[in-house]
Amino acid sequence: MAQTLYDKIWQAHDVGQRADGNSLLYIDLQLLHEVTSPQAFEGLQLAERPLWRVNANLATPDHNVPTTDRDKGFAGITDEIALAQVVTLDDNCKKFGVQQFEINDPRQGIVHVVGPEQGATLPGMTIVCGDSHTSTHGAFAALAQGIGTSEVEHVMATQCLVQNKAKNFAINVSGSLAPGVTAKDLVLAIIGRLGTAGATGHTIEYRGAAIRELSMEARMTLCNMAIEAGARAGLVAVDDTTIDYIAGRPFAPKGEQWDQAVAYWRTLVSDDDAEFDQILDIDASQVAPQVTWGTSPEMVSGVDQQVPDPQSMSDSVQAESARLALDYMGLQPHQPITDIKLDRIFIGSCTNARIEDLRAAAAVIGNGHVANNIKQALVVPGSGLVKAQAEKEGLAQVFIDAGFEWRAAGCSMCLGMNPDQLGNGEHCASTSNRNFEGRQGYGGRTHLVSPAMAAAAAVAGHFVDVREIS
Amino acid sequence: MQAFTVLEGFAAPLDRANVDTDQIIPKQYLKSIKRTGFGDYLFDAWRFTDPGKIGMTPNERSLNREFTLNQPQYQGASVLLARDNFGCGSSREHAVWALQEYGFRAVIAPSFADIFFGNCFKNGVLPIALETEIVDQLFAQVAEGLQLRVDLAAQTVTVLGADSVFAFAVDPALKQKMLSGMDDIDMTLAERTLIETFESQHRQRQPWLFRD
Repeated sequence: MAQTLYDKIWQAHDVGQRADGNSLLYIDLQLLHEVTSPQAFEGLQLAERPLWRVNANLATPDHNVPTTDRDKGFAGITDEIALAQVVTLDDNCKKFGVQQFEINDPRQGIVHVVGPEQGATLPGMTIVCGDSHTSTHGAFAALAQGIGTSEVEHVMATQCLVQNKAKNFAINVSGSLAPGVTAKDLVLAIIGRLGTAGATGHTIEYRGAAIRELSMEARMTLCNMAIEAGARAGLVAVDDTTIDYIAGRPFAPKGEQWDQAVAYWRTLVSDDDAEFDQILDIDASQVAPQVTWGTSPEMVSGVDQQVPDPQSMSDSVQAESARLALDYMGLQPHQPITDIKLDRIFIGSCTNARIEDLRAAAAVIGNGHVANNIKQALVVPGSGLVKAQAEKEGLAQVFIDAGFEWRAAGCSMCLGMNPDQLGNGEHCASTSNRNFEGRQGYGGRTHLVSPAMAAAAAVAGHFVDVREIS
Repeated sequence: MQAFTVLEGFAAPLDRANVDTDQIIPKQYLKSIKRTGFGDYLFDAWRFTDPGKIGMTPNERSLNREFTLNQPQYQGASVLLARDNFGCGSSREHAVWALQEYGFRAVIAPSFADIFFGNCFKNGVLPIALETEIVDQLFAQVAEGLQLRVDLAAQTVTVLGADSVFAFAVDPALKQKMLSGMDDIDMTLAERTLIETFESQHRQRQPWLFRD
């Protein structure tokens, strides 16, 4: 029977179906960070259980780490509670023998940037992490899912997840993205169409000519936000782009095993006649640069549009949500998106903090300077290695000359667990993934955009259509 | 895990769609390394008008009197009545820990986000999906005091003092687990041989996945 890519990966990891219909799904790799692992390690210790397979785990602190004073290691963390959490991860990794990229290791970074960068993320794998943006790794045709802490502990102890198979959702993207329009704009446009629950219970596979043209980093951006449409996992089939990206990375197979692996990876595509439970068709050429105006990623418009009017919405729940969102965001219906004044700029996060993102932002800045009304413009690279690469290419200097702050790697202002936060009522052009109330700081107002759009907004002081620059 | 069999209690309403886990428990409270201590910060930015920080008690905070959970008639509620796609966003299980510690043992909504839904079953909090029309009906009655009886074995929600009984669906395996309070890990480890056999075959098929 014809199979989807998801069907194939599932089948290759199905340990056995229980009488109740659930399956035990074998997990190849668990990524760990400081926020969702301490209670799981504690649970293991209380029950005196070992890790099932130590080398199936890889850890790095990312959520809580400051993006300044990193050469000081732990001493650079002034928040005592945050420090305790980062130290706990370190203690647990040492106690259980888990490989960790420590706080001052150049390989440290956001866990979803680090995995692919190291070649730890490989096609056909099952990957979990106590973080919903684990879907990022689906760009490699890996079945990667965010899980809760109880499941983290379950995988630690058993190397398995108990799961029901999800349904298949095909998102077919035809055409090509226009110059200046990125994978971030595409995924925001998709979420705008589907809604935040549109793919609940499904695994998304992004397919079509437009996806084949995307780089691995762009595919990661696309898969990263699958969860924002309700899907636990997003996938892209293997092609030359995938294999070329992995070749030579530290954790990637070598020699004979490489050839053997590549032969298998080439099979990780949906069969031609595979059936999907749901299908969405999108024409990439019609996608404009996107800006969110509300408090959910589905509340999004093209930069050339206006803030919508809740009164014109036919669905009453949707209208009420929009009314609450506009109230929180301090925006008026019919206000042009380009009129939204900004206070801060954040270029970073597991969605958009890779080298190509920084190149795109720096290219837009050129010789420009951050506008006077911008209180702070931050660039937070996704990993220490991305940071080093950007410095080598001269990108860091472009940002610094333009008035940006050039920081060390971490999740930073995407969720504001560390000191990088928005003030009450401040508007931020952010390359992150969530515009929820208070996400980036108490009372903060987030507008999700691509790195190029954030850079253009930094220079202008308000949103501008990046297609009109260059 | 605390077993869930029958729950009788009052409902409290949260009339918003797409409530995300950042709202249920904001990030500043995720720095704890424990499973407890989150109840005081449930819906923090809606319950209080000041930005709180870890360690503060509700008495030290400025209450938002307009927020439904702060209204006198909803004190002591154990069932949360919510809207579509409840629990979307971040995978943080802290959201369920916060709901549970605050006193909620069940959440009724037309639909739930996947990760949150699964996390509930790990902690003895029952997410109950009912049709939108029924949820609308319950919202219409909640202000007068909606006393409910949730019977997991029978898969019913009964409005006490009225004749309405609503049936709900639940995965049989999850139901059994909730009724017994069984430990997931013990259940899976009972299949150790199966996992070991699979693992050795998997290693033969894809040796590059094993760094040991």
